[in-house]
Amino acid sequence: MKKDIILCGVGGQGILSIATIIGEAATKAGINLKQAEVHGMSQRGGDVQSNLRLSTDTIYSDLIALGGADVVISMEPMESLRYLPYLSKDGVIVTSNKPFVNIPNYPEEEALFAELDSLPNTVVKLDIEQVAKDAGNARGANMVLLGMAAPYIEIVTIEQLRNAIATVFARKGEAIVEANLKAFDEGVKASK
Amino acid sequence: MKQLLLGDEAIALGAIHAGLSGVYAYPGTPSTEITEFIQGNAIAKERGIHSRWCTNEKTAMEAALGMSYAGKRALVCMKHVGMNVCADAFVNSAITGANGGLVVLAADDPSMHSSQNEQDSRFYGKFALVPIFEPSTQQEAYDMMSAAFDLSEELKEPVLLRVVTRLAHSRAAVEVKEPKAENALNPSSDQWVLLPGIAKKKYAVLLEKQTAMVEASEKSVFNKVESIADKKLGIIACGIGYNYVKESVGDNANILKVSQYPLPAEKIMTLAKECDEILVVEDGQPVVEEDVRRIIGDIAPVKGRLTGDLPRMGELTPDCVAKALGKEMPVILDPAKNLAARPPQLCQGCGHRDVYAALREIIEEYPDARVFGDIGCYTLGALPPFKALSSCVDMGASITMAKGAADAGLRPALAVIGDSTFTHSGMTGLLDAINENSAITVIISDNLTTGMTGGQDSAGTNKFEAICLGLGMDPAHLHVVTPLPKNIPAIAQLIRDEIAYEGVSVIIPRRECIQTAARHAREAKKAKEAQK
Repeated sequence: MKKDIILCGVGGQGILSIATIIGEAATKAGINLKQAEVHGMSQRGGDVQSNLRLSTDTIYSDLIALGGADVVISMEPMESLRYLPYLSKDGVIVTSNKPFVNIPNYPEEEALFAELDSLPNTVVKLDIEQVAKDAGNARGANMVLLGMAAPYIEIVTIEQLRNAIATVFARKGEAIVEANLKAFDEGVKASK
Repeated sequence: MKQLLLGDEAIALGAIHAGLSGVYAYPGTPSTEITEFIQGNAIAKERGIHSRWCTNEKTAMEAALGMSYAGKRALVCMKHVGMNVCADAFVNSAITGANGGLVVLAADDPSMHSSQNEQDSRFYGKFALVPIFEPSTQQEAYDMMSAAFDLSEELKEPVLLRVVTRLAHSRAAVEVKEPKAENALNPSSDQWVLLPGIAKKKYAVLLEKQTAMVEASEKSVFNKVESIADKKLGIIACGIGYNYVKESVGDNANILKVSQYPLPAEKIMTLAKECDEILVVEDGQPVVEEDVRRIIGDIAPVKGRLTGDLPRMGELTPDCVAKALGKEMPVILDPAKNLAARPPQLCQGCGHRDVYAALREIIEEYPDARVFGDIGCYTLGALPPFKALSSCVDMGASITMAKGAADAGLRPALAVIGDSTFTHSGMTGLLDAINENSAITVIISDNLTTGMTGGQDSAGTNKFEAICLGLGMDPAHLHVVTPLPKNIPAIAQLIRDEIAYEGVSVIIPRRECIQTAARHAREAKKAKEAQK
């Protein structure tokens, strides 16, 4: 079994924390993993992405091939569209539906969502920031998104992802762990 | 035990476990995390392994050579263009030879994700006549560090380790070993004096060692052969190129994996004699492709980046390699229509923004003004909304290019350079300008850190006025200002006044990078809580 995941968003939105948690869950489960990140110049307000490859077999390439991604997990709706050529036939898009507008030529929102909705693929959208706020964890939007994506990641279970959240945030204290688990659970609920 | 490590972290841990005594480096994407990992590592702290940042790649290379002279294992890390900065020291270190193991790590950036070119550091290894290692996986990166130090001590030569962005910045599980002890202090008794008489002898020794270097490559566990019965195609796959080949054809190909150089010529000849044609898959420039043609002559046709079978520029991808192998996957969806580029920007609240807001006024008032830029976050001042820069070439070139343009008669000629870039390579250029009292206005935009690479210490912090005065600056034309929105009119007026002066002016806008300021505030809060 394999899962090729593209994580994307805008620099500073916390996609690398999502990658770290999936990575921790996969490593614990004895699943092979390769995760290519983008550092440096592109971090400040530019588009960022990470290729996360999980497999029970040997993984060679650090990068996902065009037409090969099983899931695109995006912190921002326009950014999810950037990786369409990478999406496989049965690939799923899980994205925030809240545009982050920091460029003058951001597309018309109506057209953007119409394009997302017109795709033959499964597209799961949610206002993750609002859900995180309602759950009392305004900074946990990325955990809500991870929860939404969890049923599609499959190669690691929802329970394994919960355990990984507890491990990764352990040094920040129990309250932070609980808040992030709550945000994650809200995401899982919304996805179903 | 397996650990999930970034390629850079695997290199760092491999070096520590190989008995490293010092890492010498200047930050540069994608190499920065190597030194940062060593700075935070428990064994490195306990052993007191040197890991402070250097002023530039040349001082780093020379300090590492000094540590090698003293008998200990030293590592130098840099991004590919750093090799240009330290080239004098690097090339000559092959002539002096090494004593303690000396490994030079160059992190190339094909596709220019964060760089101004995609030069291939393997040319430097070939040029200096030293062995090169090129890992294909994070595990190899870890293992090679030990092998490279051993080979360096065996041959008494520096060894180049070349990685690319996709290895440096990709994570995978790595099996790690027990750490080895450091070397004892054991200074070389040999004279490393490259006077012509001695250099000639040493160069002859280096040339003699080439046979041993090739033999090491022929026997290397990192250069392996995979064979099948169908001999239509032989693939020479270098570094991470091997991964893309395997991704595409699995075990169903004739492959010579190359991860150690000089090229194993015998293995290449064998492959060429067996196969109808050869495909060279290498990330970066066609270094191996040219050499393979030279080695095998007319025995078999060679395909690669030079023949158009692979793209001439840009990093390798699983897609372009699959295409070259006739295994291209179908793309299902076309690119989106409602999509715009989202380039990186200066942070909201960054002091560089206020500097550019003032410069923008000047540019509008003086249509002939030219602002020569430099390398750092502030290069983003070239993009909208500021569009303030005319150039950005290499570390330090802002001051010297402004000087040359002023020599040609251009007025007003301005330079914008960051604090870390100024100490890296700007100071000598400023001395040239001061000695001729060139009509330039230099802005040293000081954010108290090396910002673009993530906020590393900047060598000149708290010393800039002293440095400028020490170089001979007229104190009347040296100013320090605070870049804040409310000060923009005053800064613009100061620039107006100084461009009217027919001589060197230096303006230092100083305010801490908002990213490091936030980090320092968090650390202070934590420290306060710990005290309670």
